[in-house]
Amino acid sequence: MHMELWQSIPFACILLPLGSAALTSVLKSGFARRWTFLVLTMVTAVSAVFTVLMARYGASYTYMMGHYPAPWGNEIRAGLLEAVTATFFSLVMLLSLMGGVKKIDDHILHDKQSLYYVMLLLLTAALMAQVYTNDIFTAYVFLEIMTIAACSLIMARTKGRTLVAATRYMVMNLVGSGLFLLGIILLYDLTGHLLMSNIRQAVSALAESGQYQMPLTVVVALITIGLGIKSALFPFHTWVPDAYGYTTPTSSAILSALVSKGYIFLLIKIMYRVIGLDVIATTGIDNVLFVFALVGMVMGSVSAIRQSDIRRMIAFSSVAQIGYIYMGIGLGTDAGMMAAVFHIFSHAVCKAMLFLAAGGLADASGNSKQFRALRGSGFRSPIAGVAFTIGALSMVGFPFLGGFTSKLNFAMAAMQADSGRMMLVLITLAISTWLNTIYFLKTVITLYRKPVEGMEYPVEKGRRGFCFNASLVCFSLATIALGLFSQYLIEAITTGLTMFG
Amino acid sequence: MGFFHNYEEMAAMILFGIGFTTLLLHKNMIKKIIGFSMMDSAIYLFLAAKGYIEGRTAPIVVDGVQSMEAYINPIPAGLVLTGIVVSVSVTALMLALTVRLYRRYHTLDIDEITAQVRKEEQ
Repeated sequence: MHMELWQSIPFACILLPLGSAALTSVLKSGFARRWTFLVLTMVTAVSAVFTVLMARYGASYTYMMGHYPAPWGNEIRAGLLEAVTATFFSLVMLLSLMGGVKKIDDHILHDKQSLYYVMLLLLTAALMAQVYTNDIFTAYVFLEIMTIAACSLIMARTKGRTLVAATRYMVMNLVGSGLFLLGIILLYDLTGHLLMSNIRQAVSALAESGQYQMPLTVVVALITIGLGIKSALFPFHTWVPDAYGYTTPTSSAILSALVSKGYIFLLIKIMYRVIGLDVIATTGIDNVLFVFALVGMVMGSVSAIRQSDIRRMIAFSSVAQIGYIYMGIGLGTDAGMMAAVFHIFSHAVCKAMLFLAAGGLADASGNSKQFRALRGSGFRSPIAGVAFTIGALSMVGFPFLGGFTSKLNFAMAAMQADSGRMMLVLITLAISTWLNTIYFLKTVITLYRKPVEGMEYPVEKGRRGFCFNASLVCFSLATIALGLFSQYLIEAITTGLTMFG
Repeated sequence: MGFFHNYEEMAAMILFGIGFTTLLLHKNMIKKIIGFSMMDSAIYLFLAAKGYIEGRTAPIVVDGVQSMEAYINPIPAGLVLTGIVVSVSVTALMLALTVRLYRRYHTLDIDEITAQVRKEEQ
């Protein structure tokens, strides 16, 4: 098959950060930083161009890695959904780094900083590989690379608390990886293939013949629960607040916005391309996900209300939002999947912005993240205050913002489901929105209240700088754009999902 | 019955269970890491057992290429090797974390470390 040059873009998006990671490890921190910025900008720009080209091309294609054709070789497969996701992920990565680059300077020893950039680049490469790969074992290898890089991002800021958080994160993630690995090995054993499209054919044949139903159910359960643990689905979320709450803001933003979403994207890919939604429905795993998701939406918010630390509150809010995404997946329909994918994007943009803004607000309040100290910080750090307000409103579901469109999509998807599920989704959406409103609006009001009497705030040395402000402005604009111009993205996701299977 | 026929797979699953619970529930960091190694090794044992076909040899050319029936499928072995590389790096990272925790808190008990961290914060 003849290949155009532009069809190599996915491969370049994986190889460039991966090669750069090796190079960055020997650079001085200043050069490492500039090189990382350059690479992330290139990946973002090239992915954006690739999205436009894919929209014109109008179909997905497979890209052979090496000279061995389909059943044996390794493959990349790209379609519109992959292109859009890659663009979003690299953009959020770039903006998160931009917003927290000054804090990285403060939080990490100077001679260790280049290693931080190595981990960022490895994480980018792993994310891109998750998005594009068509080989299930390659997905596993990059999944582990992502886990290692993410763990290093947590412990980059050396504090007792981050070390413990990193350990807990690692233990839970290893449990998840173990289950996932066992799942794909059993699947390989059942089907004899590693390429996703080939597995799909074998699985369909098995499902039709009625053979090996029990092992197939076990495989689906292992893969789903493994990835569920890694992406902080409700009962497995205990590592979240510590992991997101104490490290440097860029790490928190990337962990909550991208790392967990990378695992969810892989899960959606496996559901569509490896197992097939119809087979998933016969195993009943989607019902389990649905129930966990609904409970998570409520319980995450309830825990968030009880926090007195702004970053732990945002972390618990992530648990609730991951619940939203799994609810869409658990509906088991195309509309539900579309809503879930849209929420992956809107939540990624919004949550990264909230973590960065919270970092800025804490800086303006004498480095305290407690609500008591944060009073009036909206005036001391105006741009961070406004950005946090926009993010909070989007989370609550204020019209014209990304979060509103997400909730609308979920409600519409629920309307198409059977009446029991519809009622459950709508009621839980209402409760969850109400809880979100309580803690997010409370926080916004706190930011603009008069400071506590007698509280002294040291004058900051230097401003937070251009990068921080520019990144927050970009994130705010992206959140508003997701609300106002959502129909283009929704169209792209819908078309992308039809090419996906 | 397949119970005794598939004894390698049985052993692999039992080992996986032991490793899994140790990783998840044990308080001692070193034992957690041992549990992780056991869990991953169990999966590799399972994979290797599945990839072996009675009476055939590894696909290495000795006396010229023989027919396909003479060799076993080399892919599971390749996957095991890749998997081992992954678990070695993860184990190294976990050990490094444990060393740092031990230097700071002088214990390997994760619950006690958590308690000390809480005390540190106040």
